[in-house]
Amino acid sequence: MRDSSADNSCSSPRTPNLRQRRRSNEIPPEILKSNGTILLVNDKFKYKSMWIRAYSSLWMLAFVSLIIYMGHLYIWAMIVVIQIFMASELFNLLRRANQDKRLPKFKLLNWHFFFTAMLYVYGRILSQHLVNTVTSEKIFYRLVSNLIKYQMVICYFLYIAGFVWFILSLKKRYYKYQFGQYAWTHMILIVVFTQSAFTVANIFQGIFWFLFPALLIAMNDVAAYFFGFFFGKTPLIKLSPKKTWEGFIGASVATMIAAFTFANFLGRFQWLTCPRKDLSTGWLECDPDPIFKPEYIPMPEFISHWIPEKEIAVLPVQWHALWLGLFASIIAPFGGFFASGFKRAFKIKDFGDSIPGHGGFTDRMDCQMVMAVFVYIYHQSFVVQHDYSIDVLLDQIMRDLGFEEQLALYTKLGQILQERQLMHI
Amino acid sequence: MQKDTTTSSSTPPTNTGRIRHRKRSNEVIPEDGKANGGKLLVNDKSKYKSMLIRAYSSVWMIGSFVLIIYMGHLYITAMIVVIQIFMARELFNLLRRAHEDKQLPGFRLLNWHFFFTAMLFVYGRILSQRLVNTVNSDKVLYRLVSSLIKYHMVVCYSLYITGFIWFILTLKKKMYKYQFGQYAWTHMILIVVFGQSSFTVPSIFEGIFWFLLPATLIVINDIAAYFFGFFFGRTPLIKLSPKKTWEGFIGASVTTIISAFMLANIMGRSQWLTCPRKDLSTGWLDCDPGLLFTPESYSLLGWTPHWFPWKEISILPVQWHALCLGLFASIIAPFGGFFASGFKRAFKIKDFGDSIPGHGGLTDRMDCQMVMAVFAYIYHQSFVVPQSLSVEMILDQILMNLSFDEQEALYRRLGEMLQQGIQRMT
Repeated sequence: MRDSSADNSCSSPRTPNLRQRRRSNEIPPEILKSNGTILLVNDKFKYKSMWIRAYSSLWMLAFVSLIIYMGHLYIWAMIVVIQIFMASELFNLLRRANQDKRLPKFKLLNWHFFFTAMLYVYGRILSQHLVNTVTSEKIFYRLVSNLIKYQMVICYFLYIAGFVWFILSLKKRYYKYQFGQYAWTHMILIVVFTQSAFTVANIFQGIFWFLFPALLIAMNDVAAYFFGFFFGKTPLIKLSPKKTWEGFIGASVATMIAAFTFANFLGRFQWLTCPRKDLSTGWLECDPDPIFKPEYIPMPEFISHWIPEKEIAVLPVQWHALWLGLFASIIAPFGGFFASGFKRAFKIKDFGDSIPGHGGFTDRMDCQMVMAVFVYIYHQSFVVQHDYSIDVLLDQIMRDLGFEEQLALYTKLGQILQERQLMHI
Repeated sequence: MQKDTTTSSSTPPTNTGRIRHRKRSNEVIPEDGKANGGKLLVNDKSKYKSMLIRAYSSVWMIGSFVLIIYMGHLYITAMIVVIQIFMARELFNLLRRAHEDKQLPGFRLLNWHFFFTAMLFVYGRILSQRLVNTVNSDKVLYRLVSSLIKYHMVVCYSLYITGFIWFILTLKKKMYKYQFGQYAWTHMILIVVFGQSSFTVPSIFEGIFWFLLPATLIVINDIAAYFFGFFFGRTPLIKLSPKKTWEGFIGASVTTIISAFMLANIMGRSQWLTCPRKDLSTGWLDCDPGLLFTPESYSLLGWTPHWFPWKEISILPVQWHALCLGLFASIIAPFGGFFASGFKRAFKIKDFGDSIPGHGGLTDRMDCQMVMAVFAYIYHQSFVVPQSLSVEMILDQILMNLSFDEQEALYRRLGEMLQQGIQRMT
């Protein structure tokens, strides 16, 4: 009935045959199909699987903390590495070995598009930071400025080269497979790079905007797991039979409370709240944004009886954190449901098996991706004070004018503004 | 051997879910093509009849196109929106299977929900600045529009997430694979359709020239390839499209490049085509032509014999850019057509639709245009704009588009950025 397949070896050669993936430490699908709902409360092996999950979770947590300590650039590098692994998992997922043997170099095409997407996405996000880093040397500066100016053309020609290569490599009788792979490649790259683009943009606005949402998702996951472990009775959704309403609601409450308190704790660190304007790795110092400056609100009466303090210090960011927590507990799990549905549709157990007890990278990142996009959009719309027209013009000035021309523009504009002030007085 | 299929355009196309029963268009059917290796147009006896039908619908298309161009930027954008809706409908219907669809009510609605979200996103981004400029006079409307723009991303994102959740909640057992396939297909369609339009529409507002010239070049390339193949075609070009020939390809390339050079001269003299539109008005346009469209005279004395009447020619600098556009239109843009042909072969369909007699559906006409539109916009942004951009022009933009407070805010931010730059250099 239940196999105690408890092998933890991380690296086993993966055959492309979908049904023979190494079993992860969960209930085999036959049991699930016959019994409709297998809840975690009833699983005798749950303690063993819990320990394995906890063990790899601790390792991941430690690793991520180290990277956060080291800084923005290293976090970015970590995200790039995660992306490469995710893309690798997903590219391999729907390939069929039989067809692939007749189409040499088709894998290479996937990585060509991957490289193009990477150049495009990170070129756009980090171009200004790159310019700020190399402003010290004249030659580098001009090289980098030119690269940025022609970045779109370069990426476009790389894409067109891949497009033409694809068309020239179309082989009779494999058309449908090749077009399917082409579409699949595009979908993967869009999913992987959209969320990473937003994640990286968040990081350089301040590690807080990357760390805090990631913590919330992890918190929501862990809380749902434990609430389901101890209290889970009512199944939540047919797609993921092990999730329960008790787990969901318990996790939501826990996440909202955690959001409010974590924001206060994390918002006090300059390392986490300061934006990084270039690609340096040293210490960071800045004038904290107003939302990280504590406001003192008077303590409500029922608490002030027990605690001597008359007021609590609340960072305005904590109110934003409540919204982030709400999203993380209600909407972000749908990323997990999407991944579950996808795995069921294509009859696969996990996206990969890099992480023992958890599956592959994509299994861990599915909810994170939905959250990262939301955080960026929330940040841009409600936190940052934006002025659309000014941003567009500044972008044009920075991109298309050289440094001397920018100075000339600045001087002239200053003169005009001064004249206007004199006229009004 | 050669069937005489003379269906006319009077019967309305019935979009049944079945792919193989599409109304036959007036072309040679593929079985003969397979049996005979290369069924070239030169050998086709009924080719004159099919040529006339194609010519007839081409004339109609060109006629309505010219009328829209005359009417202006806003109407061209509207035409593009309409084309998009039809293309999306053709493509949505293409891989649906009637059997599965009956069991999934409301699934088609999801497609149109994503379409509407994509349209809001793309056109919101493109037209926001121009919308602001249009309502600049009215205070209340200005504030309404500004806040709409500010929250534009949130609105589109919420709509997308709603669709995402709707999709997940409608997943039905045993239909998972079909539904995920349709979801992916919807995304790919919307990306293809809106990707190219998000490049086309900004081109239009930079000046109708940058939309009209690339579109015309593609049409010329198509027509020239057809006629060169008609009269001279012998050697097949690519297995994907058995009716294309090397003679057609090369003849069309030469024709396209030459006509690019000359058309740029003709079009560049019209203010209606070359002036950018800063807002969403529809009236007449007046502007300073700019460096690109100011003719420069080149002396021909050393190059031509004495009897040649013209001693010098005036060339607009934009004509050199047009050569690059022509080169791309003749060499790379046809690959859009090959892609579409390969796709049709892969999924065993004859045409994407049958809206246009003799030509197939809208997507059949737009396949090369899409590749070209993207290139034209990227070329324009990378090589044309920086050349014509100068300190004075940006200064003008700042003084015209921003309010006094915004100008001072921009001045301050620019000062900060420049200071940081100077600090780094010293």
